[in-house]
Amino acid sequence: MSLVESDKATPAPGKLPASSLVSRLVVIGVIVFGVAFLFAYAGGWLTPRALTPTRIADRFEALNGVHPGFRRNHAKGVCVSGYFESNGKGAALCKSLIFQMGRVPVVGRFSLGGGLPYAADSAQNVRGLGILFQLPNGEEWRTAMIDLPVFPVKTPKAFYELLLASAPDPASGKPDPAKMKTFIENNPESAKAFPLIGGKQKSSGFANSSFNSINSFRFINVDGAVSAVRWSLAPLEAFEPIAAADVQSTNKNQLFDSLIARIHNHALAWRLIITLAQPGDTTDDATIPWPHERQQIEVGTLTIDRVESDDTSIARDINFDPLVLPSGIAASDDPLLSARSAVYSQSFTRREGEHKEASAISAAETGK
Amino acid sequence: MKMDTTKQPNQFAILSRLLHWSMAAMLLAMLFIGVAMVTSLGDYYKLVSIHRPLGIMILIFAILRIINRMMTTLPPFPTTMSQLERKIATASERLLYALMLALPLVGWGMLSAGHYPVVMFGAWRLPPILPANPMLYAALRKTHTVLAYLLFAAFLGHISAVLFHTLIIRDRLLNRMAVWPIRPDKIESQN
Repeated sequence: MSLVESDKATPAPGKLPASSLVSRLVVIGVIVFGVAFLFAYAGGWLTPRALTPTRIADRFEALNGVHPGFRRNHAKGVCVSGYFESNGKGAALCKSLIFQMGRVPVVGRFSLGGGLPYAADSAQNVRGLGILFQLPNGEEWRTAMIDLPVFPVKTPKAFYELLLASAPDPASGKPDPAKMKTFIENNPESAKAFPLIGGKQKSSGFANSSFNSINSFRFINVDGAVSAVRWSLAPLEAFEPIAAADVQSTNKNQLFDSLIARIHNHALAWRLIITLAQPGDTTDDATIPWPHERQQIEVGTLTIDRVESDDTSIARDINFDPLVLPSGIAASDDPLLSARSAVYSQSFTRREGEHKEASAISAAETGK
Repeated sequence: MKMDTTKQPNQFAILSRLLHWSMAAMLLAMLFIGVAMVTSLGDYYKLVSIHRPLGIMILIFAILRIINRMMTTLPPFPTTMSQLERKIATASERLLYALMLALPLVGWGMLSAGHYPVVMFGAWRLPPILPANPMLYAALRKTHTVLAYLLFAAFLGHISAVLFHTLIIRDRLLNRMAVWPIRPDKIESQN
C-alpha cells in the first residue's frame, strides 16, 4: 500500500504528459494556497471590518491620544497593597483557597476611567479598583471592578459604538446628541442602564466608594456545584455624597490625594460581598442588575494599608485581567468578559513596550 | 547515537513517523489558534486557555522528538534530490526543530516577564522562567509573533516541497513518512 501511484510497480516514472502536469500543479497550488488562505482568514486579514481588540485599543488612542507607558483606559491611578482576610463563609460556594479562613496578600490599583493620565480628577469619572489576590499555592485571582451599579453596555460591539457616539464632536467639543440618540435606539438595554448609573450618588472619594465586579462569574465548590455570582467591595468608611470641595479646581489630583492621606492616616477596609443569582437571573448581560433581595454573603475583609505611585509599584506592570482566576472561580457566559481580557491584553502589550512617562500621582505625592 | 550504516531503513522509524504526524496536527492547530485568538474578542479566552497548555505539550513533544532524532537512523535521501536540495532539506529540518522549541519557550518566558501566572489546567501552573520586566515582555511578545509567522512560512515551504516531489517528480517521497509500512519497492531507490 502506498500513498500515490499504487497501481504502478516501476520505481522510476516516465515524463508526465502536459495535461497531467498542469492538473497536478493545480492540486499543489490549491493545497498550499488553501492553507495560507485559511490562515489569513483565521487571522482576520480577510475581514478588516470585524471588531477586534486592536480596533478597540485604537479607538481609545484616537479619543485620548497616545500616552506612552499608560493604560489605554483607566490611565490615571495609584497603586496600593494590603491583605484580604477570609472569614471562611465563601468556602461552601467556592473551592478556591482564597475562601479558606485566613489571610492572603493583595496588590491593587485605584484609577479613574478614561485614557488621559494627567486629566484633573472629576466627580463624574468612573472609579476603578483592580485587585490581585496572591493565593498561598501560587494561584492568583485578579479582578478589575468599578463603582458603577451596572455596565452601560451589553456587548463589545455596543461598547465600541458607545465610544464612537459619546466622542466629542470636533466642532462643538461636545458629543453629538443625534449620535447618542441613534445609539440608544439601537441598544435598548443601555437605555435602561443609563438612568441606573446616573441615579447613583457618587461618594466623596475612593475610600468610601463601593466597587462592583459588574460581570457575572461562576463559583464551583468542592462538590462540583456551580453558582452564578457577582461580587462587590463595600467600604467600612461611612458614605458621604461628593461635594464641590471634594474635586477642587486648584488641585487636579484631589481624589487621589485624599485617598493617599486617608491611607497614611489609617488602613482602609472593604467587606467582600458575594451576591448569589437565582435561577432566571441574567448572567450574560451586565446592564441588568439582579433584584435587591438576592442572598448576599460577606466572605471577608480587604484591608489596604500601603499606597505607592505607578512610577515605583509592580502594580503598574500588572494586567488586572478579569479572567486570571483561581481554580473554583470561572467565567460566566457574559460576552464582555472574554472581550475585556482580549482588549486589556492589547493595551498591556502596547504600554509595556513603551518608554514610561511619570505618573501624575508621583512618588513624592504618595509619600506625603 | 546509533549508527547502523550497513542497513539503512526505507522509511523513517515508526516512532519518528508517529511523532511527525502528531506534531504536525498540534503545530497546525496551534498556529491557527494563535493567529485567531489575537484578533478575537468573544473567543479570546477559550482560545488562550487551549493555547497555553497545548504550547507546553508541543515543547515536551519537541524535546522527545529531538532525542528520538538523535537516536535513530534516517532513510537515505532519494536520488531525485540534488546536493543543494539535500542541504536545504537538512537546514529546514533544523529550523523547524529550533522553532518547535523556541516558540513555547518564548511564550512561557513572555508570560513570566509579563507577570502572568502560567496556568495549565485548574490550579496547575508552571513556575516563571524569567523575572517580571515590561520591556522584556514586550520584546518576547513581538518575537513570539515573528517566530510563529516564520514557522508557518517554513510549514508552507515544507508541504510545497513534499507535494512537488510526490506529485510532479513522483519519487514517492511521502511514503518515507507514511504511518503504515510501505514495501521497499514502493520507495525511491537509495542514493
